[in-house]
Amino acid sequence: MYEWDFSILWGYRWLFLQGLGVTVAFTAATIAGGLTIGMTAAICLLSRFRILRGIALGFIEIFRCTPVLVQLIWCYYALPMIAGIEMTPITASLLALSCYGGSFYAEIIRGGIVSIDVGQSEAASALGMPPGLAMRRIILPQALRRMLPALMNQSILQFKNTSLVSVLAVPDLVYQGQIAAHDSFRPLETYTAVAVAYFAILFPLTLYVRSRERRLGAAR
Amino acid sequence: MTAKASMIEIARLRKRFGQLEVLKDINLQVEQGGVVALLGPSGSGKSTLLRCMNLLVHPDDGTIRVGETTFRFGRSMEQLKAKSLAAFRSRTGMVFQSFNLFPHMSVLGNVIEAPIHVKGLDRKIAIDQAMAQLEKVGLADRAAQMPDTLSGGQKQRVAIARALAMEPEVMLFDEVTSALDPELVGEVLQAIQKLAADGMTMVIVTHEIPFARDVADRVVFMRDGYVVEEGPAREVIDTPRMDATRTFLSHFHRVGDRTSTATP
Ligand SMILES: Nc1ncnc2c1ncn2[C@@H]1O[C@H](COP(=O)(O)OP(=O)(O)OP(=O)(O)O)[C@@H](O)[C@H]1O
Ligand SMILES: [Mg+2]
Repeated sequence: MYEWDFSILWGYRWLFLQGLGVTVAFTAATIAGGLTIGMTAAICLLSRFRILRGIALGFIEIFRCTPVLVQLIWCYYALPMIAGIEMTPITASLLALSCYGGSFYAEIIRGGIVSIDVGQSEAASALGMPPGLAMRRIILPQALRRMLPALMNQSILQFKNTSLVSVLAVPDLVYQGQIAAHDSFRPLETYTAVAVAYFAILFPLTLYVRSRERRLGAAR
Repeated sequence: MTAKASMIEIARLRKRFGQLEVLKDINLQVEQGGVVALLGPSGSGKSTLLRCMNLLVHPDDGTIRVGETTFRFGRSMEQLKAKSLAAFRSRTGMVFQSFNLFPHMSVLGNVIEAPIHVKGLDRKIAIDQAMAQLEKVGLADRAAQMPDTLSGGQKQRVAIARALAMEPEVMLFDEVTSALDPELVGEVLQAIQKLAADGMTMVIVTHEIPFARDVADRVVFMRDGYVVEEGPAREVIDTPRMDATRTFLSHFHRVGDRTSTATP
């Protein structure tokens, strides 16, 4: 019979906290990077130029349809060989996760933009607003409000996806958990603690997203 | 040049959507301060013609002049720059059937948006002017409200104030009362009537025949992409010369009666 002993975790509290800090920072950075990439790709998808649409679509499908773990490894080990770009594990992780998140954000953002009634952009045009201004002032504010729940859902996934950066020895929460597990010979307790930490952060967020979705549904 | 120069001049205008030829050789002039009512059955091309006048729709062929600006279309067409297009559009106001107010901005926000961000007007001045426009349509006390708290008639009057805030040379109306409950139609028509009295050049697509007869000085009747009949409003509405016009107008009782009594 296995004897659970969670008291050993206390000795690793600073390790866990450091890991949590890295995980949160990574999530924040890759959400920012992902939104930037996603917005750019979405605008390209809606461009009247075919080449831009083609490039954006190719980019999105490659990152959406391959495992993020492979992308991480590929960014770190293959890119330096092929393109001669040397990257630290952190840069490689940021790049891969931003692109991966961005490919999903792009579809959400594109969908949000096209869901806005054409009458809105016609009214903006009729008032003499150039397309860029109309997008920034009229279309995007409405679209962003509508797609916020979907963006937040994707960001929650992004939070969990950062756990994969531990394969490149980036010291996130999971990586520090591994270290604690090896050190203490108590993998069940440490991984349980890691899971509880993820849950404690994500569960309130999902509740919030759900209530927001409901409010948006009621407002429609 | 004559004393009353034409404000809008359209010549040999053509537009097709794929196989469908929607405008076939349209020629039309609107003099400065003139009010033209554009009538015709559904699908005859009224909206398309109106949207050509501010280039929301790009014609395939012909010329359009509004005020000082001329655009030529056809094979020798110059590529239209987004900037010059936008500048041109800012001088024609358009009001739509479905209001198209910006739902994320207050009434005042809707009206000052283009003056500030397109014309570069100072915010304070823009607000003063916007309040004056809202006053004109009787909605100054609603400035702080959001559009979805307004009735249809109020929304449409805000849309009119929003277009007027750009101080356009021409106003275009596309069935602006068709989405309204009957009891709200009057307030919107009144606002348009006031504009006409102020000397605004206007093109009005409408199914309100008595209103067209009242407010317009000319009527243009369209069918199947052609201008079938054109003339002084009362003359065309009371004693139409063409069968197509007569048939169309006979669907509107009041006018049908008038027609039968006017013919000897
Ligand atoms: N963007 C478009 N693409 C394809 N066909 C179009 C487009 N806009 C209009 N049409 C077609 O052109 C024809 C004329 O349309 P238009 O809207 O100008 O008619 P209308 O006289 O305004 O009719 P209604 O009284 O119903 O508003 C219709 O058959 C319509 O289906
Ligand atoms: Mg129409």
